[in-house]
Amino acid sequence: MNRYPLWKYLILVVAFLIGALYSLPNLFPEAPAVQVSSSKVTVKIDDALVDRVNGALTAAKITPDFVKLDGNSIKARFGDTDTQIKAKDAINAALNPDPKEPTYIVALNLLSSSPQWLTKIHAFPMYLGLDLRGGVYFLLQVDMKAALTKKAEALTGDVRTLLRDKNVRHAGISREGNTVRIAFREADTRKAAEDVLNAQIADVIWTEAADGENLALVGALKPQAEKAVQDAALKQNITTLHNRVNELGTSEPVIQQQGADRIVVQLPGVQDTARAKDIIGRTATLEMRMVDDSAEAQAAITGAGPVPFGDERYMDRTYGPIIVKRQVVLTGDNLNDAQPGFDENHQPSVNLTVDAKGARIIKDVSRENIGKRLAILLFEKGKGEVVTAPRINGELGANFRISGAMGVQEAADTALLLRAGSLAAPMDFIAESTIGPSLGAENIAKGIHSVIGGFLAVAAFMCIYYMLFGLISALALAFNLLLVVAVLSMLQATLSLPGMAAIALVLGMAIDANVLINERIREELRGGAAPQAAINLGYERAFATILDSNVTTLIAGIALLAFGSGPVKGFAVVHCLGILTSMFSSVVFSRALVNLWYGRQKKLKSVSIGQVWKPAPDAPGAADAAAALKEAE
Amino acid sequence: MELFRIKRDLPFMKYALILNAISFITFAAAVFFLFTRGLHFSIEFKGGTEIQVQYAQAADLEKTRTIVEKMGFTDVQAQNFGSARDVVIRVPIKPGVKQSDSAADVFAALCTAETGTVQQHESVSDKGEAISKKVCVTASAEPLSLKSFDAVGPAVGSELAWDGAKAMIFVVVGIVIYLAIRFEWKFGVAGIIANLHDVVIILGFFAFFQWEFSLTVLAAVLAVLGYSVNESVVIFDRVREAFRKYRKLTTPQVIDHAITSTISRTIITHGCTQLVVVSMLLFGGPTLHYFAMALTIGICFGIYSSVFVAAAIAMWLGVKREDLVKVPLSKDDPNDPNAGAVV
Repeated sequence: MNRYPLWKYLILVVAFLIGALYSLPNLFPEAPAVQVSSSKVTVKIDDALVDRVNGALTAAKITPDFVKLDGNSIKARFGDTDTQIKAKDAINAALNPDPKEPTYIVALNLLSSSPQWLTKIHAFPMYLGLDLRGGVYFLLQVDMKAALTKKAEALTGDVRTLLRDKNVRHAGISREGNTVRIAFREADTRKAAEDVLNAQIADVIWTEAADGENLALVGALKPQAEKAVQDAALKQNITTLHNRVNELGTSEPVIQQQGADRIVVQLPGVQDTARAKDIIGRTATLEMRMVDDSAEAQAAITGAGPVPFGDERYMDRTYGPIIVKRQVVLTGDNLNDAQPGFDENHQPSVNLTVDAKGARIIKDVSRENIGKRLAILLFEKGKGEVVTAPRINGELGANFRISGAMGVQEAADTALLLRAGSLAAPMDFIAESTIGPSLGAENIAKGIHSVIGGFLAVAAFMCIYYMLFGLISALALAFNLLLVVAVLSMLQATLSLPGMAAIALVLGMAIDANVLINERIREELRGGAAPQAAINLGYERAFATILDSNVTTLIAGIALLAFGSGPVKGFAVVHCLGILTSMFSSVVFSRALVNLWYGRQKKLKSVSIGQVWKPAPDAPGAADAAAALKEAE
Repeated sequence: MELFRIKRDLPFMKYALILNAISFITFAAAVFFLFTRGLHFSIEFKGGTEIQVQYAQAADLEKTRTIVEKMGFTDVQAQNFGSARDVVIRVPIKPGVKQSDSAADVFAALCTAETGTVQQHESVSDKGEAISKKVCVTASAEPLSLKSFDAVGPAVGSELAWDGAKAMIFVVVGIVIYLAIRFEWKFGVAGIIANLHDVVIILGFFAFFQWEFSLTVLAAVLAVLGYSVNESVVIFDRVREAFRKYRKLTTPQVIDHAITSTISRTIITHGCTQLVVVSMLLFGGPTLHYFAMALTIGICFGIYSSVFVAAAIAMWLGVKREDLVKVPLSKDDPNDPNAGAVV
């Protein structure tokens, strides 16, 4: 009865191997590395840059462990810190010819030294939280009211243009909070306007209102449209933040949405809060200006003449220098959206939407300047750069597009650049924290010592109290530890100090299952069952109780997971995972070991589960129990 | 080795009344301290700024506090944190002052008091990570260093408190429902009263000693809530089994039997968990200290309440055999020896 079929053993072996494999990267220490990231949103990190980095390293006679493209940055790992610093200087010199205006950020960093084949199977070390590695944390609140007001403002302009185009006479349009109010003199006009508006502008609910003698229409955004505006604002802010924090050169910045209107920024390794805040809070601006294509300007491009009066010289990111007028046609404030799309010839294009004020200006300017070029400039850190300078082919309205001679990717990039320049809505810092690197290292040591200390104490007690069964329980506990570490590494869930406490606590709680089983087996033995039967019954009867107790613990764990944030969430993730893995390890795994050891012995006389004390038959209690048992039968 | 050699069922329920009275008094005391002293919430809940610094020598707390108070802050706390050199300074929210600015200011003021100056320091750690931070230096030494800094806005704090309350409600309701489905509503109610009694007592300890109640402690409290309900589940399970097995025993006797037969497991399991918690107390440092304290109290009272409170309440609520054992409807007289016999 105490035999497992081969497949069960196979499953356990596979689970063990996977567990061991994915826990393995945690054993490798971190090694020095150099990280290259872009310092401007207009500069992209791609495979070509990997080759340049490789070239620079070869020229400096430095052999890296590897150079690879990883998301928005290139990472190169080295054997020791001396090589790392030499490599940093070599790469910096090769990529940033002008140290005053660096195109790329070259920063020192740490990378796991686990071998490449482990990385290939996506086995990474656990992701350590800020309290374990040091760094800064910000919680930003996005001002959603501002985003909605901006939208209402844009809507007001749209309505004005629309009513004028359709020749509907109104008595004034104004924005009141997040709603648009249109005044009318006659009910008929109002009816006409309502029809036009309903047909042309989706996402808005129009309600009739009257203010004394004046009739009015009040338009409010539909709830789902309001939500879409807020989501878009949040997404754009996150994108912008990503571009900005690259500049800090941190290895793994975390920028996530939290709740409906908050953004969490975690910058491991960064200690300088002031600088980080400065960079995060910075504003970039977008400007549209006319290009000067006159002969003087052409001369200025080649350097043959001075830049004409009233013009400025900027760099286009693909075509080199370009001369643009000083006068600003439009700013980013007027740009409502920029999305990649396709034009009528099915060529990739960037579709722009400007607000009503912008539309009026662009209409006039474009009518007068057909055939000339309009430059779109992005100003960051006080320096401008031309993103694109398309030729005006006709009169433009509120929606227009830039098309021709670009690929789908290029269109998407340009659209992103046009959007990423600025924040969709202002943000406030509502919480922040800084953890020094030494404190992080101390916390890791404390967490590891707690786990090891707890494990050894429990294992020692179990071995003494339950002998061989105790040893098996301790092995099951070790297996559980391995599984928890492996699953945490696989999920790349953030491990914090409370998370490490949860690992320790899981060990203390998981042993409960084995105690239940062992006590049951002893009880069956005391009741006179044969050893093999006792083992079988012990496992069988204990299981219902184990399931019960794990469910109640899991209820608490899930509550923490659902409502907790920050350290509590870190605790909850480990807690829940540990409960689940402990069910497997303490029941299935320990049973497999017991079966392996005892299962084949047909005439098993005794099991090593410590002393099983039986009340003497003449003791009064035993007699009572016997009588009670008899009754039950 | 066998620690528990119990010859006969221990008459736990005989003392139920006295024990419940003790429980009630402890509970009332906990509630009293919660109301009179209140919990000493960490800044995570109430908002504020917390700065942790390390001095080169043992710190003079009084001096540190005076320096910070001179900057115009009120209700400043300065405490040792783990060692005599480590100091944690807590500053409540002050209207009109940006919290993040106050940290830099406080650090600068403390630095000046040690005749040092704050400088931007760029360095590379021995592992090869670039570190750029503000340091306090004098001509020869570094008298003080910034270890960590936290600022929490008032809105975040009250939200966290509310989330904590929601989590607590979720756990309580979830467990009652589970126990009601699994056993009977009387057990659900008894189990949750017993364990809420634990929670209130843990909070009472935190209020009485004015230990800092942080998010981590809240996590510990909820984890203990789930964990000690286990204990009640195990006992209730045995109660049901005993009701089935021993028909002649009265309810208190059944409960006594159930508790006696699980007492060794109860104590061993909780002992093992406590071993781990002791390890946290020893090695976990100040951050995990109150977490481990909450667990310790929770574990001790968890045993007590499952054994004495939960079962006793179930008894007062009038748990009967019929509640748990579905008696098959039988038309035959159970005392008729020939019942059911078919010729």
